[in-house]
Amino acid sequence: MADISIDFAGIKSPNPYWLASAPPTNTGYQVQRAFEAGWGGAVWKTLGEPILNVTSRFGASHFNGQRVAGFNNIELISDRPLEENLKEIYETKKLYPDRVIIASLMVEPEREKWHEIVKRVQDVGVDGFELNLGCPHGMSERGMGAAVGQHPDLVERTTMYAKEAAEVPVITKLTPNITDITATAKAAARGGADAISLINTINSLIGVDLDTWNTVPNVNGKGAHGGYCGPAVKPIALNMVGECARNPEVNIPISGIGGISTWQDTVEFMLMGAGGVQVCTAAMHHGFRIIEDLTEGLENYLDEKGIDALSDIIGKSVEKYTDWSNLDLNHKVVARINNDVCINCNKCHIACEDTSHQCIDMLTDKDGNAILRVREEDCVGCNLCSIVCPVEGAIDMIDLTPTEPPMSWNDRQAAIHMLEKR
Amino acid sequence: MSDLLKNFISGEVLTANFEETKPSFNSQEALDEANRCLYCYDAPCITACPTGIDIPGFIKKIASGNLKGSATTIMDSNPVGASCARVCPTEELCEGACVLNDATKPIPIGDLQRFATDWAIKNEAVLFQAGKKNGKTVAVVGSGPAGLSTARELARLGYTVTIFEAKREAGGLDTFGIVPFRLPKDISFWEVEQVRNLGVEIRTNTEIGKDIFPADLIDQYDAVVLAVGMSKVPMLGIEGEELEGNFDAIDLVEKSKNGNYPEDFIGKRVAVIGAGNTAIDGATTSVRLGADNVKILYRRTEAEMTAYDFEYEFAKQEGVEFRWLTNPKRLIGDENGHVTQMECVQMELQETEKDGRPRPVEIEGSEFLMDIDIVVKAIGQTRHQGIIEAFGLEHSGGVVKVDPETFITSHPKVYAAGDVIFGKGIGEAMVVTAAQQGKDTALAVHERFKQSVTERS
Repeated sequence: MADISIDFAGIKSPNPYWLASAPPTNTGYQVQRAFEAGWGGAVWKTLGEPILNVTSRFGASHFNGQRVAGFNNIELISDRPLEENLKEIYETKKLYPDRVIIASLMVEPEREKWHEIVKRVQDVGVDGFELNLGCPHGMSERGMGAAVGQHPDLVERTTMYAKEAAEVPVITKLTPNITDITATAKAAARGGADAISLINTINSLIGVDLDTWNTVPNVNGKGAHGGYCGPAVKPIALNMVGECARNPEVNIPISGIGGISTWQDTVEFMLMGAGGVQVCTAAMHHGFRIIEDLTEGLENYLDEKGIDALSDIIGKSVEKYTDWSNLDLNHKVVARINNDVCINCNKCHIACEDTSHQCIDMLTDKDGNAILRVREEDCVGCNLCSIVCPVEGAIDMIDLTPTEPPMSWNDRQAAIHMLEKR
Repeated sequence: MSDLLKNFISGEVLTANFEETKPSFNSQEALDEANRCLYCYDAPCITACPTGIDIPGFIKKIASGNLKGSATTIMDSNPVGASCARVCPTEELCEGACVLNDATKPIPIGDLQRFATDWAIKNEAVLFQAGKKNGKTVAVVGSGPAGLSTARELARLGYTVTIFEAKREAGGLDTFGIVPFRLPKDISFWEVEQVRNLGVEIRTNTEIGKDIFPADLIDQYDAVVLAVGMSKVPMLGIEGEELEGNFDAIDLVEKSKNGNYPEDFIGKRVAVIGAGNTAIDGATTSVRLGADNVKILYRRTEAEMTAYDFEYEFAKQEGVEFRWLTNPKRLIGDENGHVTQMECVQMELQETEKDGRPRPVEIEGSEFLMDIDIVVKAIGQTRHQGIIEAFGLEHSGGVVKVDPETFITSHPKVYAAGDVIFGKGIGEAMVVTAAQQGKDTALAVHERFKQSVTERS
């Protein structure tokens, strides 16, 4: 059986799965249940000055019968007294010394406040800190969370404050509500962060009720933007992880967060540079028991691939992620339809005809059967037909033998530049 | 029946008639259905499964693409989980309990279980390891679901297990007793292999009282588990049973499992006596052997028959006719000694018997003759009384008495599980029940030796 333990910025965890700082990690009771189920670690619900919460708090996007494609919340940080949380952190760590407890922290961006909370929490024994510089709702209106995380200089400074007092690793958690994630990632690195974690939730409004015209969710008839997470945000998170992983100025471990629901998502995040992952929505949807398939599926995957340790796959896809201008302009892909598998729904035809490059013909073969055929000379290899096709194996995207050597936009511009110079 | 005609060429029965009827899910179907599962917590389907398989768990693993994990979850709880995927009365067990019965339609749990175990079979997945040898030895008599299940669990706990099987191939009921078009022999053999791969020795062609003696087993092993199941169909006890054209349904199924298709059925009229699981198997086998007309005769009614609903439906779709409240009285033969007619009598139901079923009573003067060529008896099974008595075990009409907690028989070293302890009105004679009893028996054996075993290691 493959070894799925990780050493994340010096923090050793029996598996890469930590519960993200969120409702599932609100109490010692919950975190102990999670550890009992097999979770490797937990990032405790953010500690700070206790706050007041509202009801209701959560909303979800359901898509075509699948519940919780996306999820949002307007809950704030821990609403329980700090002492209570600290007592439970101490007890939980004592019961599960081999598991990771990270304390998520949020205070105003002032040196004394950070020093004070870091020291207080450190005294009960945590494996690391995560700086919540990403919470997009409520706290940001008070100058904390995303209000800090959106300013690279504040990110750098806050990270530095925490580092000054911390004796255990500090992970800076980044908000995706920003144009360029690497700007704050680099700032965290400059501030001395031992690692970054991303993404926090995305500004969102789940919906509007068609009868009451109230927002979803709403508090006594009024709503406010919440933080979006769950399977729907995975591609956004994966890109941001990749962008940070391939940026040499970041160059610190990344804890991947954002819609991770299966062991397959985990593999993707780790290939794209994450050294471990955090999960929340999937646990909120199904309970802590999902950890069984998350770990077992990962082990079986590695065994099947003949890989001994999970750490061997970290970042293996990063070099494959680059700028558009480095992509090969001479590479040709075309669609090919397997009519013996095709069920003739014609979705590929209409998608191509109306919205792409009009190269899939609806024809009749010599026996009078309806068939679909791609005019390969007109196909741009966009993938749309294979994306809308509901049947596995009905459409293959085929790599054509290159007729010219690889050439990227950058190669092309360089060549033109050279010709001009002559 | 007409669509089967193409499978008879110049009077020969083709094996195509005996291939598995129901196609396996393709991966798209499996994924669609797996994603429809709600993944309930404390799910009623788990409670409804006699072996307590974590059904939402294995289905979630199909959805996530962790098929090895899915098969492991299934086989961990049920050592004959691939067979059960095909033969369990799922609508009375897991699927019947699915919460979606009240919302849309239940998840096809049996088909998903088959999909996951088929993957394991196809990919030759190694799902379990034998435990570290603990020095204790156990003899298991019989290699059917109960015997295999006991042996598998004991081997995982570190016991050295030897299975003794009278037949030339292992697997018992799953190998020989369920029609191949519902449960192909290969599936049962894979389950046997899974047990053998844990280091369990399976001695086939080894009969109790002939090749090996109870006293020797009791002497040589730390414990003996009797899991010999049941035997042949009893005699009808009517005149004419010696005539040509009389078949035992269990023999008939066993023949077809061995690829031996009797040709006497082609174009013939068949009467199957009884309406249990084996009667359905006997009747549908007769159809597939080319019989022109197949009737099931039962002395009670549809309401009392013990065949499952899905079996009843399957038989009807195969063209089998049912004659309720009808009992055979006498078989009449021709000058060649071949059965030609059956004298039947109409029955009526009267007060309830001890087992809860109403008593059928003949209606005087209602006798009539039915033209038939073949009689297939399926009125239950006799017991291996000889073996039970050779072990000197207390029993009641061939049903071995055991302590319901420990599965220990009247002999302190001998345990019993499966159909050999299945009595009228007590429990269910299902493959899945036998599997669970095997697990329970293994745990009971371990409970007894646990202390000495732990001390040793």
